[in-house]
Amino acid sequence: MKKRWISLFVENDIGVLARISGLFSGKSYNLNSLTVGTTEDTTISRMTISLTSDDKTFEQIKKQLNRSVEVIKVVDFTDTAIHMKELMFVKIHGCSEHDMMKLSYMKEIFQAKMIDYAPSMALIESVQTEAGNNDLIKLLESDFSGRIEVVRGGSVAIEAISFSER
Amino acid sequence: MQITGAELFVKALLAEQVDTLFAYPGGQAIDLFNALYGVEGLDVILPRHEQGLVHAADGYARSTGKVGVCLVTSGPGATNLVTGIATANYDSVPLVCFTGQVPTHLIGNDAFQEVDIVGITRSISKYAVTVRRREDLAITIKKAFYIARSGKPGVVVVDLPKDIQQALGSDGYPQSIEIRSYKPNTSVHMGQIKKSLDCLKRAKHPVFLLGGGVNISRANEVMTALAEKTGIPVVTTIMGKGAIPTSHPLYVGNLGIHGSYAANTAISECDVLFSIGVRFNDRITGKVSEFAKKAAIIHVDIDPASISRNIEVDIPIVADAKNVITALLEKAPEFDFHEWRMQIDEWKKQKPLGMKQTGESGVTPFAVIQKINEIFSDAVITTDVGQNQLWTTQFLELTDQKQMLTSGGLGTMGYGFPAAIGAKLGNPDKDVITICGDGGIQMNIQEMATAVVYELPVIICILNNGYLGNVRQWQEMFFDKRYSSTCLRYRKSCAAACNTPSACCPEYTPDFIRLAESYGAKAIRVQRYEEIESTLSEAKNTEKIPTVIEFIIEREENVLPIVPPGKPLSDMIMGGDE
Repeated sequence: MKKRWISLFVENDIGVLARISGLFSGKSYNLNSLTVGTTEDTTISRMTISLTSDDKTFEQIKKQLNRSVEVIKVVDFTDTAIHMKELMFVKIHGCSEHDMMKLSYMKEIFQAKMIDYAPSMALIESVQTEAGNNDLIKLLESDFSGRIEVVRGGSVAIEAISFSER
Repeated sequence: MQITGAELFVKALLAEQVDTLFAYPGGQAIDLFNALYGVEGLDVILPRHEQGLVHAADGYARSTGKVGVCLVTSGPGATNLVTGIATANYDSVPLVCFTGQVPTHLIGNDAFQEVDIVGITRSISKYAVTVRRREDLAITIKKAFYIARSGKPGVVVVDLPKDIQQALGSDGYPQSIEIRSYKPNTSVHMGQIKKSLDCLKRAKHPVFLLGGGVNISRANEVMTALAEKTGIPVVTTIMGKGAIPTSHPLYVGNLGIHGSYAANTAISECDVLFSIGVRFNDRITGKVSEFAKKAAIIHVDIDPASISRNIEVDIPIVADAKNVITALLEKAPEFDFHEWRMQIDEWKKQKPLGMKQTGESGVTPFAVIQKINEIFSDAVITTDVGQNQLWTTQFLELTDQKQMLTSGGLGTMGYGFPAAIGAKLGNPDKDVITICGDGGIQMNIQEMATAVVYELPVIICILNNGYLGNVRQWQEMFFDKRYSSTCLRYRKSCAAACNTPSACCPEYTPDFIRLAESYGAKAIRVQRYEEIESTLSEAKNTEKIPTVIEFIIEREENVLPIVPPGKPLSDMIMGGDE
């Protein structure tokens, strides 16, 4: 089992997202995250899909995606140099002054931003790799257990131009 | 010129050379039916249930090679198609199904007879779409026919809201279409052909394994020529049966859980398995890890997703079966596999398919199908699903002139009879016979009216054993003979648990003879061996009305051989003296 990434170009039509997500549920493929948005050509949408599977299943998933009538192109990002980021918001409730200090320290380390604030509440925006956001959540959970609210956008990815990065 | 969507719909059907439309009206399709009224060159067939309708379109498509076209209303009209859509799509049958839909402004309002048929059929169709703008109608219909018939054929659902049917718009219909996201590959990679031939050159015990793909691409003639040139024996799947004539000396038989001893043994012993148009479904492989264990596997399929899904393939060839077979026929040398063929012939002789006469009457499925083989030379034979189907796939002889239609993938009971109606409509000069069980025929028996009113002399053979026989057989063999819900002669007065049919069992319901006669069909009950031939001949000579022949067969007859679940193909339970 291995974590995989696919960039999928599809027709920007009603029902295509349902067809793609339905393929995963209908065939019991393990889907981790799926993001979708239009591209420079508004008739085309581009999805970034992350999933976990063995090699054989992954081959089958790519083939099944390819044979869907609405799919224009399937690009396997798994072992490619790509830039990939995920937007995440974390709201922290019931903060003391000490908590705030801790938070501002954390956000520096994790290159996150504090974008909103009230005397006992803070809102952090983090644009990181999925793994980076996982790390941040873990840390926040240990310090602010039961007091955080997380919204994650799922990853978007694009091929790197000149260097390799995740 | 400005025309309504409904008028454009009719224009599109005529442009696609649709000559037969299977259609059932309703509120949200009434405009389409209005436009169809009195149109010449397009026969509108009204079956009695939408499930019968879609199976009929399926039988029409399979037997003619044309696209089958359905038109139904919204809601229940559309949902009644679902089983038939899945049946056709699973067996790669080209269908275009038009469904009426509530007006676009009501979609999502839980309007009367509204269902999201595109959502419902998404996972069982090749493509499904709701037309939301009148200007998209022509291109969508063009696209639907193209997608249904090209590549690996399948079912396309086109949902037509009522306001689109009524809206005025252009009368233009495109002649051709280009879809950027859909480009099926049919051409052959010659490098792979060469590799596969090199593989055959090293082979001593090769086998062709042919599936439905060979029949779909209508490659039967070239395939026969290829088998003859290379001298390689041919095994078929149920869907591939008839890929070469079954009487051909190179034909071994069907493989799989009810395959012949020779075919299953040949697959287990072969060193090269040259498979074309199969998808290695669990019904043919038995225990996957033991399947064709000694063989290098070559796999030809138009669908890349079929390759190495169930069985690891050594040489994949993604292309249309006919193109591959034609290329092979050109490039392949003549081989000498004389000894191997002798060995297979020996296996065939040792344990031939057949059936011992168990009851007194002599009316066995084997005898019935043998007589069908003798009497009919130019025919389409459809089956239902269950023992009737398995016996037919075992014993039916097929030639260039004889085709078998069966629900191989989905295994849909109720398929056989309506499919026969569609086949007869598409092939009025051929004899059309359906072989059903007493269970399956009751799932679409209302289509007797369709056969009668359209004067279709189809021959309906009901093999009546009073059981849902295939499940009963499994209960007998693998569930300690606990006949749970499989007896069709059960009445409330019967014992709660019964596994012993006897002369005292209640009368069968319905009386098929009286039922058929009430529809205006001819009906004959056969209970003695001597009557089989004369009855079939009488049915063959009957014009304009269908004939029902009810064959009363031994109640606990089994389909043998059988490979028990989870076992390799070499572990067959044979019949008779084994």
